[in-house]
Amino acid sequence: MKLGFFVSLKIMMTRYFSYFFLLQVLFACGQPDVTISTPDHKSYTIEVIVPDLEIPWGMAFLPDNSLLITEKEGQLIHFQNGQKITIQNVPNTYVRGQGGLMGIAIHPNYKDNNTIYFTQSTSAHSDESGGNTALYRAVLKDNTLQNVSLLYKAKPNTKKGVHFGSRIVFDNDGYLYFTIGDRGNRDVNPQDLTRDGGKVYRLTDNGKIPTDNPFVDVSNAKTAIYSYGHRNPQGMAKHPVTGEIWTHEHGPRGGDEINIIQAGKNYGWPKITYGKNYTGTVITKNKALPGLEQPLYYWIPSIAPSGMAFVHNSAYADWNGSLVVGSLKFNYLERLTFENNRVVYREKIANEIGRVRDVVLGPNGFLYLAVENKGICKIVPNP
Amino acid sequence: MRFIFLIILLSTSSLAQQSSGDSYMRGQMLYVDFCVRCHLPDGTGETGLIPPLANADFLQDIQATVQSIKYGTHGPITVNGVIYNNTMAPMGLENDEIADVTNYILNSWGNTADVIVTEAYVRGIKETK
Repeated sequence: MKLGFFVSLKIMMTRYFSYFFLLQVLFACGQPDVTISTPDHKSYTIEVIVPDLEIPWGMAFLPDNSLLITEKEGQLIHFQNGQKITIQNVPNTYVRGQGGLMGIAIHPNYKDNNTIYFTQSTSAHSDESGGNTALYRAVLKDNTLQNVSLLYKAKPNTKKGVHFGSRIVFDNDGYLYFTIGDRGNRDVNPQDLTRDGGKVYRLTDNGKIPTDNPFVDVSNAKTAIYSYGHRNPQGMAKHPVTGEIWTHEHGPRGGDEINIIQAGKNYGWPKITYGKNYTGTVITKNKALPGLEQPLYYWIPSIAPSGMAFVHNSAYADWNGSLVVGSLKFNYLERLTFENNRVVYREKIANEIGRVRDVVLGPNGFLYLAVENKGICKIVPNP
Repeated sequence: MRFIFLIILLSTSSLAQQSSGDSYMRGQMLYVDFCVRCHLPDGTGETGLIPPLANADFLQDIQATVQSIKYGTHGPITVNGVIYNNTMAPMGLENDEIADVTNYILNSWGNTADVIVTEAYVRGIKETK
């Protein structure tokens, strides 16, 4: 049956070149299959440097090489000189489902202003029950947060337990980008510019809306929005050479995506997707539509990506130029290499290490993984 | 004698299902929001990674079941003879929601239970470490 189909297809293609052309157009949105490799020789050793963490959600290095770690349950930890110190005065976290204390970043000029940023789900700043993602700024002094200010709070609150987004990244111009997922309301939030959720946001470092944000002139739009049509972006990184902001996002069943974020663009969720419902039923038959961005790469099956870092000027000569992404589902770090923004190679690093929630390239050129129920692990190249 | 006992058991079971119908329906919505990504719509999980719920022997211990939803699981558990050494974070559900989702799990995909888990029962379940 299947063979017959291909035979007739072949005849068709040889006879009618135009049919062939049509087929090419139809499959243009596909991507070449790049099967993931699992190298059996290991060029590295894994060291647990911060043990005994439950869900270390985010990490950020300070200039003195000490490390800030968010625990999803609501603790902000400062790991310094081999000690875990709990930072005081963190606002209350609304812990529900996937929500908690999540993203963390330091100001590009932290050396002078000691300013940090974090995202968490909160029920505060609203009379409604439930919670939603919020972005905070604070000054870190003597392991206490001072001048804590709320820069953004997504509305409305909801008791839904999914898709809080929450990564935070600065670009080369000093703008702050952060993500909020669709909060389990996919048919309402991601495509509506007047609603929060399913968006990448851009603010100045003090929380103001940049005057050239793409939707500042759109009536009733949430003007902090920079791009939309996202499902749940939980990986974001600045490209070390081009300065572009890259994200990945969780798809449903299949269809996790890597995207390069551009002002005002619509990344399609849920109008287009390479994934299906968890039940296996179809969300939409459309994988591509005019005006909607195609992902740079998509994963089938889903790896449940979390955390993202570019390997650049690193301690691993062979890995420079690649992108690394944590897999919550399959318990490894995925390394991808590119040619002309197409993925040409994928491999598993730290296979079976556990649920990789975050990955950062430290100031010393080493990769650090935040692994659930384990801790922070450093990848050390073998001599 | 044994036959009569069986009939009583069956009738209480169907009675239980009837009066827990609302809880079951609420539990289904919570399952879709909080559980389905990993345990999947048919409760089969993924062998070696995510324990199944459908026909899982683990669920015969209702106290352990509620405990794992309320406080999460840490470290190895054995389900249907397979060891799962993973962590499930507590979902932050209210006690009444935990009762609902437990009732849903205990009565779905071929699972049947002849008890209804109540909010009061969940409240009484403490963490053991």
